[in-house]
Amino acid sequence: MSAAKGYFGKPMKRVEDPRLIKGIATYVDDITLPGMLHAAVLRSPYAHARINNIKADAAKASPGVVGVFTGADVNDKCGLVPCASPMPDSKIPKHTVLASDRVYFVGHPVAVVVAVDRYAARDALDFVEVDYDPLPVVSDPEKALEKDSPLTHPEFRTNVAFTWSVANGGLDAAFKRAHRVIKQRMIHQRLTPMAIEPRGCVASWHAGEGTLTLYTSTQIPHLVRTLLPGMISVPENRIRIVAPEVGGAFGSKLNLYAEEALCSHLAQRLGAPVKWIESRRENAAATIHGRDQIGEYEVAVKKDGTLLAIKSKTLADIGAYCQLNTPAIPTLTGLMLTGCYKCKAMRMDVVGVYTHKMATDAYRGAGRPEATYVIERLMDIIADELKLDPVKVRLKNFPKPTEFPFDTLTGLTYDSGNYQGALKKAQQISNWNKLTKQRDAARKSGKLFGIGLSTYVEICALGPSKMMSAGGWEWGCVRIEMSGKVTVITGATPHGQGQETSFAQIAADKLGVPIEDIVVMRGDTAVAHYGRDTYGSRATVIGGAAILMCIDKIIAKARKLAAHLLDTKEKSVEFRDGKFSAKGKPKKALTWKQLAPEAYVAKNIPQNWEPGLEASSFFEPPNCTYPFGTHIVAVEVDRDTGEVKIVKYVTVDDCGHQVNPLLVEGQLQGGIAHSIGQALFERTVYDENGQLLTGEFMDYAMPRAKDIPEYLMDSTVTPSPSNPMGIKGVGEAGTIGATPAIANAVMDALSPLGIRHLDLPLTPEKIWRAIAPVKVK
Amino acid sequence: MKTVVNIRVNGVEQKHEVEPRTLLVHFLRDCCRLTGTHVGCETSICGACTVLFEGKAVKSCTLLAVQADGSEVTTIEGLAGDGRLHPVQEGFWERHGLQCGYCTPGMIMMAVQLLERNPKPTREEISHAIEGNLCRCTGYSHIIDAIEYAARKIAEVKK
Ligand code: FES
Ligand code: FES
Repeated sequence: MSAAKGYFGKPMKRVEDPRLIKGIATYVDDITLPGMLHAAVLRSPYAHARINNIKADAAKASPGVVGVFTGADVNDKCGLVPCASPMPDSKIPKHTVLASDRVYFVGHPVAVVVAVDRYAARDALDFVEVDYDPLPVVSDPEKALEKDSPLTHPEFRTNVAFTWSVANGGLDAAFKRAHRVIKQRMIHQRLTPMAIEPRGCVASWHAGEGTLTLYTSTQIPHLVRTLLPGMISVPENRIRIVAPEVGGAFGSKLNLYAEEALCSHLAQRLGAPVKWIESRRENAAATIHGRDQIGEYEVAVKKDGTLLAIKSKTLADIGAYCQLNTPAIPTLTGLMLTGCYKCKAMRMDVVGVYTHKMATDAYRGAGRPEATYVIERLMDIIADELKLDPVKVRLKNFPKPTEFPFDTLTGLTYDSGNYQGALKKAQQISNWNKLTKQRDAARKSGKLFGIGLSTYVEICALGPSKMMSAGGWEWGCVRIEMSGKVTVITGATPHGQGQETSFAQIAADKLGVPIEDIVVMRGDTAVAHYGRDTYGSRATVIGGAAILMCIDKIIAKARKLAAHLLDTKEKSVEFRDGKFSAKGKPKKALTWKQLAPEAYVAKNIPQNWEPGLEASSFFEPPNCTYPFGTHIVAVEVDRDTGEVKIVKYVTVDDCGHQVNPLLVEGQLQGGIAHSIGQALFERTVYDENGQLLTGEFMDYAMPRAKDIPEYLMDSTVTPSPSNPMGIKGVGEAGTIGATPAIANAVMDALSPLGIRHLDLPLTPEKIWRAIAPVKVK
Repeated sequence: MKTVVNIRVNGVEQKHEVEPRTLLVHFLRDCCRLTGTHVGCETSICGACTVLFEGKAVKSCTLLAVQADGSEVTTIEGLAGDGRLHPVQEGFWERHGLQCGYCTPGMIMMAVQLLERNPKPTREEISHAIEGNLCRCTGYSHIIDAIEYAARKIAEVKK
């Protein structure tokens, strides 16, 4: 598809925006159903405790309360919270919707109050008396592996949740051949996704029809519909899931959570709709966290900087439970560990460790930011140790553009790439030579000035079904209505990414109709019957391709109808700019508006021609996509305060053809902001008692507007061969690519002080502590 | 014990019986059914609940409805006049200043106050003005672009 024509490739403003900027969009908390009750969840204040007894009488007598339910009341009626990606040796604890006799993390749901309004429900929580016996806690994953550590789940007699390895090539030989072996330990701190809209749901049971409707703030209504029957006894075809407007997710709403099943059950049980809206404190404690790996990394290199091998032993602190994809996240780190470099051998051994904390799972980037961070930090450390230029070390190890598709040691095939091109362009834009001179001058005058680089590649548009636990395709449906208006239905579930616009752009071009004639529907399983939803930067790539397939089918079908109406042969019907005409007779063309009524009235149609102009399709991608790029960051570190100021930020990202460059830019900037948070401020902190110390926006330091630099953004275009539009995902690229560039810049700034590595986040305090002794000397 | 609270919201008198502890944001959302004002934290940090109270941007999660009794409140729903978008709304649309849209009403109300006080803010001044508003989607740059756009637009209209 050409990038120049029509809507494709244009920076168009979004069709979804008017309702959002006018305040008339519908998020889950905006939904009110007749007779609706409100649920509030009582959560454990302890990280590990035995529940001796729960007294709910006072809560039940509290004004407005309809019912109070504990694990004893509901756990035999609700199935277990599912994990879809266990490893062969996974030990999966029984994850009941409410705690049974023990709690395993602060925030663990213990009881639920249902009342006539949200105030009454929350009030009554205070009257539920729980008699806890605190038990020994382990919140540090390394301590959790020590012999006499307290056990997260005593029945397993170990805190090891699973193990996983990836290895290829002659590792020992490579390390023997190496001129230098470089080791570094890195900690990938735990992060909290913190979507500004917390989770929430409204469950409604229609007793007569035996149908359940669940409105829920989720990325994955279709997966929820598939999984929910495993938890409540309503079959899939009697469940409708609606993801209304979703106020941010970043992976945190890519799960089936206990509360969704609980409210569904309670709605049935009480015969009334039940709404539950998470508070911010609950969101911080009981919605999944991300990252949290500790790795020992070792690289073997030749003295010219050639990378020979990389190996790692990694602990993944997964918290107390396996949520939907918990064990899969560190595997993505392993698969991408070699980054955009050639390498002779690699090995990564992961040990998943249970601790008394909230579960980790997919948070924006999901395992890939860890990989990029490791390999890009290592590239700089290699350059530093061998006294080489970090740019040259990277160039030395990139595969050439002609080597694509490029097979990695980890069994992936990078679809297309030109890593040199993006690096070169970023250097040009950053005015590289001038920038390095600026650094030299700054250093001479005693300033801590650093330049950091990240040349990343990531895996997204997940993915071929063979890689996924529940299908990696996407579904779509396109209907030319009788009026000639077009309805596009996607099984991807955009929630802020803008596919109501980008899919309309794609469809409008392909059909040759004005974009105003198109409506894109999504997020309701009664409308979008099948889908695999939005995560892993997949919606535009895979969902978009499904839409194109539908349109191809419709055009093929319409061609037959047009031939009939134009009294010509099907073969001689031409379709151009939304019009069907007989070859050589463009004047007698038929538009969709003319064809559509004929297709539905169906009085003058070809023989054996099925009425209607509608098609649905499943697009199965042959491969993932592998966007890449270069980020160049310059920082100044304040010697007195340890504060980091980003003084220059250049990005050149390559996500293939861009459907809507404005949206691409938005995704990248949003992603980079998460990286700025990860690199400089954010860290989810539990103390040794498993108490969550970052349970509010007040304590969890996310970037604010003043923390954002002015960007110089550009792109290169290396189309992906794995889909018809040649596009690649971009939702996570910013988060995956940016963190190491910022970290490298800060470490470069500190390098004159002999500081080689600091773990993230690089807060003023951490930097100040690191440089203070040097100053004293 | 309930009490009657009377607030002019977007120019319309809203009289409802509420518990004295009812937050202004819940008065707006639950009693007036104006759900454009959002809740992100209930602790005065995220700014998703920002409304104009007597012309000043306030966080409606930290004000009681009874405190606003007899006052004027403007919410996001009251910003567009005669079907025309407010220049700040227009700026957010034109410059892709929103993704999920959850922080957006609060951001917009905050920006409206800023531009009333400082019609030609620098990018730095804009960043400073929206420091009390969190956005987890956009990374803020496009929000700053949007507010700059609105400032220009307002200046043009005044000319
Ligand atoms: S909800 Fe009011 S500031 Fe967050
Ligand atoms: S647009 Fe989603 S939080 Fe700002």
